[in-house]
Amino acid sequence: MAFLSPSVLGVAIFFVLPLFVVIYFSFVDNPISKQYVGFDNYVNVATNMAFNMAAKNTFIFSVIAVPLAVVLGLLLALLLSTDLPLHSFLRSSYLTPLMVPSASVVLVFTVIFSYNGVINKFLQAQEKDPIDFFKSSAGLIVIVTIFLWKNLGYNMILYLAALGSIPADLIDAAKLDGAGKWKIFCEIKLRYVAPMIVFTTIFSLINSFKIFREVYLLTGDYPFETLYMLQHYMNNTFSSGDYQKLSTAAVLMCIVMCIITVVLFKLEDKYASDLEAE
Amino acid sequence: MKKIPPKKKIVRACYIFLALFTAILFLAPIVLTITNSFMSTSEIYSNYGAILENASGDGKRFISKMVNLKLLPDMVSFSQYKTVLFKTPDYLLKFWNSVILVVPITVFQIILATLASYGFTRCKGKFGAVVFFVYIILMMMPYQVTLVPNYFVLNWLNLLDTKWAIWLPGIFSPFSVYLITKYMKRIPKSLVESARIDGANEWQIFSLIYLPTSKSIITSCVILVFIDYWNMVEQPLLFLSDQDKYPLSIFLSRINTKDIGMAFAVAVIYMVPGLLIYLYGEDALVEGATYTGSVKE
Repeated sequence: MAFLSPSVLGVAIFFVLPLFVVIYFSFVDNPISKQYVGFDNYVNVATNMAFNMAAKNTFIFSVIAVPLAVVLGLLLALLLSTDLPLHSFLRSSYLTPLMVPSASVVLVFTVIFSYNGVINKFLQAQEKDPIDFFKSSAGLIVIVTIFLWKNLGYNMILYLAALGSIPADLIDAAKLDGAGKWKIFCEIKLRYVAPMIVFTTIFSLINSFKIFREVYLLTGDYPFETLYMLQHYMNNTFSSGDYQKLSTAAVLMCIVMCIITVVLFKLEDKYASDLEAE
Repeated sequence: MKKIPPKKKIVRACYIFLALFTAILFLAPIVLTITNSFMSTSEIYSNYGAILENASGDGKRFISKMVNLKLLPDMVSFSQYKTVLFKTPDYLLKFWNSVILVVPITVFQIILATLASYGFTRCKGKFGAVVFFVYIILMMMPYQVTLVPNYFVLNWLNLLDTKWAIWLPGIFSPFSVYLITKYMKRIPKSLVESARIDGANEWQIFSLIYLPTSKSIITSCVILVFIDYWNMVEQPLLFLSDQDKYPLSIFLSRINTKDIGMAFAVAVIYMVPGLLIYLYGEDALVEGATYTGSVKE
């Protein structure tokens, strides 16, 4: 169809077709002699220290940050849906960080978290030991904070929309039946919000892989090892020009993401059709 | 008026306090950046010079001097802005780089995505479903994966280190197709049928029915795509070796440590386009969310 072709053509040229080249490179010894080496590259990458460290750090970050973004976003939406005054001001303030480029606020976060920054000044006043955020595992706290700051707002408006779609008479009827707040939340609200929970998980997961930006802006090319992300590994592999390693790492990540995608979208379908069965 | 029992009043007050407190936390970094941009360069150095000392220190570190985060400047000064705007053309050039990279990506990605979404919505049969699934998978792929195939093609086409290296993968990125298609699928088929009977062709159905109805989700996508690319770091680092072509999003982090005396002003200038777009499109963003990832089709 004429409407589809420009996009499909571009996607094929820039994403899908070269992906096959990537897969091909992951099975040869180098781009020039092109000897088939089976799974050697995969063994090399999977046992590579830097790759493992990067994969572990990225995994830990996503496993902490994504559920927090999903749950806190929902709590924020529930808080806002209780008819607070200044409703639209509050909503806008939660959403504004989404629209501010990270590069612009990195300086403030540096001032807050640096070794002689605001938090350590406070700790010192309390006669506690300072925390070296950018050079210890506490760095995770910094990037999770920034991630939540940026992403909670959008998750919140997605939930607000889902909460708004619950038929009012359903809740009224439950109230008449004497259902408590907790019961209404579990049995009505949660069911209506369930597909959206999956969707915000998807959205937050996509964004969690972009945390490299903030890490890079805060700490540069060579961060402390707990902040070394997969994108750092890829950048280093790019600059060393090691195509096989690069391709193999990309294929490995691609497989993991495919599995996660299929599971999440199946879940979304399931919750959505549960609702439709009403 | 109904009487509210005192216990409920307390709970409500707690909610309001909590909501306001969160709002202040969320706005603080932005407000601080703006107010601090009106400090004179010397005031900035005396308040924040400490983080520079720290950056250069190595090995044994002890805290000799602490930063002094202040909300309001002692004296309002435009010296940071003057330096940025009139004395150091570098930053304005980088700002222009950002504009020239991001605007075409946003415009063309949205145009292509809108057309494709209409195609997917109207396309019946297995083929469309399979291709759409490929789009979903691609949308989920992080840059860590997609930049590798992009790199091979750009290298092969000899486009590395040109603007096209940033433009083309951005324009064809399938991100907004998913959101717009989901929205368009909710538009009632009966509208299409009656337009058909009135003799409308595909293009008319698209431009007169689907396009106007999808305005809010398209605006949402414009906002999301614009801010995502305005923030870009990964692609220029890999696809542009000439640092003169870097957008301000990368360059800002280098200023932060070098020219801290005017970094806040640059940061504010870089924030402005995003905030303006947000002012214009906030309602659409909220409205677009109503059907985003929403259920019933």
